[in-house]
Amino acid sequence: MVRIEILNQGGFRSDGRRQFELRDMTIDLSQQGQADGSAVVTHGLTHVLVSVFGPREAKMRSQTIHDRANINVEVGVAAFSTGDRRKRARGDKRILELAATIKSTFEPVVQTNLYPRSQIDIFVQVLQQDGGLLQACINATTLALVNAGIPLLDFVCAVTGGVHSTSPLLDLTLLEENDVPNVTVAVMPKTGKATLVTMETRLHVDRFEEIFRLAADAGKVIHGEMKSAVRSRTSELVTVMGSGPRASGGDLVDKDGDDRMNGY
Amino acid sequence: MRPPSPSIPEKDFLYTSLKESLRLDGRLPMELRTPTLTFGDDLGWVECSLGKTRVLAQVEGKMVKPPPERPYEGIITIHPEISPMASSEYEPGRPSDEEVTITRMLDKVLKRSDAVDKESLCILAGQRVWHIRLTLHFLAVAGNMLDCACLAGIVALKHFRRPDVEVIGDEVTVHEPTERAPIPLAIHHTPFCFTFAFFPDSTIPPVLDPSQLEQRLSAGLISIALNAQRELCVLQKLGGVPLEPDEVLKIVAIAVQKAKELNSIVDARLREDWEGRHVEVR
Repeated sequence: MVRIEILNQGGFRSDGRRQFELRDMTIDLSQQGQADGSAVVTHGLTHVLVSVFGPREAKMRSQTIHDRANINVEVGVAAFSTGDRRKRARGDKRILELAATIKSTFEPVVQTNLYPRSQIDIFVQVLQQDGGLLQACINATTLALVNAGIPLLDFVCAVTGGVHSTSPLLDLTLLEENDVPNVTVAVMPKTGKATLVTMETRLHVDRFEEIFRLAADAGKVIHGEMKSAVRSRTSELVTVMGSGPRASGGDLVDKDGDDRMNGY
Repeated sequence: MRPPSPSIPEKDFLYTSLKESLRLDGRLPMELRTPTLTFGDDLGWVECSLGKTRVLAQVEGKMVKPPPERPYEGIITIHPEISPMASSEYEPGRPSDEEVTITRMLDKVLKRSDAVDKESLCILAGQRVWHIRLTLHFLAVAGNMLDCACLAGIVALKHFRRPDVEVIGDEVTVHEPTERAPIPLAIHHTPFCFTFAFFPDSTIPPVLDPSQLEQRLSAGLISIALNAQRELCVLQKLGGVPLEPDEVLKIVAIAVQKAKELNSIVDARLREDWEGRHVEVR
């Protein structure tokens, strides 16, 4: 049995990337069905689709909160998402945990106080898994919420990191995740603070510090990608709707004279 | 049945006291409630209490046929039983979000961290292995069920002794505890879990081992499981108040120190109990 090297002498990983190189990230913000907002995010071979409905009237009166919106997250993992076809029950503990994690990550970020007694539904569909599942789900959820026009305090950008003997790695594939202690970190780029940190494997405290700081920095790179995707989608829509500036390169002008949000 | 939210005077009182680093039960912000470990007559029966939070852990072992994909390893299963006995907010049947979190955390801390050596549980490869079953009963909840449960679990695993087994060829003989002294489980390392609570106001410092009220009024919890050898097993911060990386690392450093203290307390208690037992070997 061939043992695949996580990091070879030349500094290359098993998929040809360097140590700190992130996987190819594609973002598709086109509309999916009747959803208010949706996003398909891929990190390398990990594909996740998130649809957001809301804020809308709550389906179950018992779940409404009098002064905030209720966030409901449901995760479905497709049977064909992994190497071997395995049907996962809806009540599977790992999937419930993933949903609970996403919910508690976004509860303080979504401005729920603006929509009392309503419900925001987030449906996550995992289409293909190759490591970094939580990372992809969080990034896709952020984009779907932004696409739905739900007010957020900031983006939430997630990235995975790991340590192979003493070398830190970023954005791990499934192979690397199974082999190497890894941590998933989600940061809010405006302040650089971390909202989500999960680690399930044993790692020495000193190694942890290194990889934690690195992953927090990498979150900012993901933020850049997300912002440019949102911007290009918005300018596309605006041009198609015919309400944008006809002249090219005119979007830095302050149109409404209040000196705010210039350049957005 | 969801318990009523804390009243506004309770909330205000808690926040103002915490701003001055005063906790309602008189502890320091980074002080853990002293764990009390009570051992039962059976080996592997431990009741752990952190203040008023009580968890009962029981370990039993039996021999089973291993699954075909893992013929050389034993099986360890963890069964947390959260019933309305612990608190009226837990309904039997449907696991609430908190229960799912606790079950998964226990799984990660005690099973995924490889605390117990599974290969040593193999008796006859492919045919007979030990199935160690850890059951945790939550008796009373007064904040921080998770830490109490993890402590009870790991101490029960350390306390448990399995019967000695002799394998001659293909024959397996199990010796009674009265014939041959039972053997402890092979434990690689002892993980301890520490939960810190954060509050919405950033001027309030985090507190270790939150009480029931502190947990209800917290804006975020961070749970760190690590052993006395400075290895982090699980670190979980699920949303809540966003923290600077430096703050997280400061919390980790505090947890490292507490782990060492707790480790010595647990070792001393286990030794004390073991000396008190009269194990006769005829």
